[in-house]
Amino acid sequence: MCAAPLCAGLGLKPQHFSQALACRRPGLWFEVHPENYLVEGGPRRAWLRTLRAEHPLSLHSVSLSLASEAPPDATRLAQLAALVRELEPALVSEHLAWSSWQGAYLPDLLPFPRTGTALRAIARNIDAVQSALGRPIAIENPSHYLRLDGHEWEEIDFLSELVRRTDCQLLLDVNNVAVSAHNLGTAPEAYLDRFPAHAVAEIHLAGHSPDPALGQALWIDSHDCAVAPATWALYQHLLARIGPRPTLIERDGNVPDFSELLQEQELTAICLRRPATENAKNPEVTACPAT
Amino acid sequence: MPGDLTAFQRAFTQALLADAPPMPGRSDAPAFAVQPGFAVYRNTVQSACIDALEANYPVLTALVGHEWLRSAAAEYARQQPPRDVRLMVYGEDFADFLGAADSAADLPYLPAVARLERLWREAHIAADAPALETDMLRAVPTEVLPTLALAPHPAARWHWFEQGPAYSLWQAHQGDAAEQRAADLAAIDWRPEGVLITRPHGQVRVAPASLATCAFLLACADAQPLPQALHAAQATDPQTFDGGALLAQLLSAGALRALPG
Repeated sequence: MCAAPLCAGLGLKPQHFSQALACRRPGLWFEVHPENYLVEGGPRRAWLRTLRAEHPLSLHSVSLSLASEAPPDATRLAQLAALVRELEPALVSEHLAWSSWQGAYLPDLLPFPRTGTALRAIARNIDAVQSALGRPIAIENPSHYLRLDGHEWEEIDFLSELVRRTDCQLLLDVNNVAVSAHNLGTAPEAYLDRFPAHAVAEIHLAGHSPDPALGQALWIDSHDCAVAPATWALYQHLLARIGPRPTLIERDGNVPDFSELLQEQELTAICLRRPATENAKNPEVTACPAT
Repeated sequence: MPGDLTAFQRAFTQALLADAPPMPGRSDAPAFAVQPGFAVYRNTVQSACIDALEANYPVLTALVGHEWLRSAAAEYARQQPPRDVRLMVYGEDFADFLGAADSAADLPYLPAVARLERLWREAHIAADAPALETDMLRAVPTEVLPTLALAPHPAARWHWFEQGPAYSLWQAHQGDAAEQRAADLAAIDWRPEGVLITRPHGQVRVAPASLATCAFLLACADAQPLPQALHAAQATDPQTFDGGALLAQLLSAGALRALPG
């Protein structure tokens, strides 16, 4: 059973709006990027309000640029706070990354050396966001493509320290773990086994692809295909240890029919409902259940 | 080390936005920037900007083609990276950029179409507000009319395009049928056109507009009383001006804001 009312969720695409609105699967929820709805009025915001009246919602921010010396943009933070007040989302999250530099927006989730300076700056920024929103946010582990010099902290210790300092939650993206471990030559199971279970408010699952130029030497967190079998195995390995948590299927490119996404959502729900001992056996997750 | 995060962000941003990636072997290239994975960030940032411009200017893309648009968008993104995290509003100056671009010199209607699509986006995300309805206007006492100022609805946008038939070009690209589009384009009368964009019942509506309509709304936006606004409109077309028809058009389009109180 899912402990929380949220079970398996889907990243919401505008083209699936009608089907998403009408879908009545128990425990289903949806996640959107709030940046697409920080508008004064009009059909976008109305659309999200309509959806929220039928389903739990998660706001997954991509642009607060927490890993910066600069504080989050005050205007956008106030708009996000207004959106949170209006929609009362079940979850709010952001990434352990930065995306703004001196007023320019660099639309990606950029890396940084995990230093004491960075830790203080990020903790301060998380405090500012949580204070503005009046609620905790969950911080997501990033995908890594680079070996950076100057790390003073292991990522898991860094995230744990942020939780200790700010009472934030964590969003554990299992695909990011798989991609980072592949690209940096580390063991994904070891990362999952050390991840602070008590703080995990949400899990993400997505597909990845080999780099178009470098092939299998570099994996890209592309969100443009189904969740890989190895990622399902990592997910079950994680659930066997920490128990069920609200889990989201992300798909941003090559978006298939809603029904295809629902099949992945159902596979997720099966993993979430069965006992930890069953997940520990790591049964193959490939067959699409009858729905 | 104080300031190390800022120093890293500065160096990373410079390498990210540089015209070309740093060359491996250069002694001044940062260690992160010569790794193969750095291209992932350069590509993602550039693609996100170009994708956003293509999404924000769909008719422009249909007019010039996917490749031309993406090439122009790449140059625009290089010159003007986004300042707003809401990429749906990225490209505020894309019309001006196209107007100044050598590659668009023989396509003078492109900036006009870009400006229309920009106004469409502004109307789409503008604040909600009740629209002025005919009954509300009829209920205004006659003695108040000389001083009554009507305000444009927050989602109303209008523009007179001296450069050419921006509205007709836009309208011809609203259907999916290529044959119909070719016929519509062939039938376009190449002369100046105005456009009125409104959002009645939550949906954006694009309609042709006369110079008088544009002048009237401009006067309203300038808080001029109704008689002066009508006078400004009439001055654009003294021979055939019909104030009643103009007001009826604006009311049915939801172009005016409900009166306060």
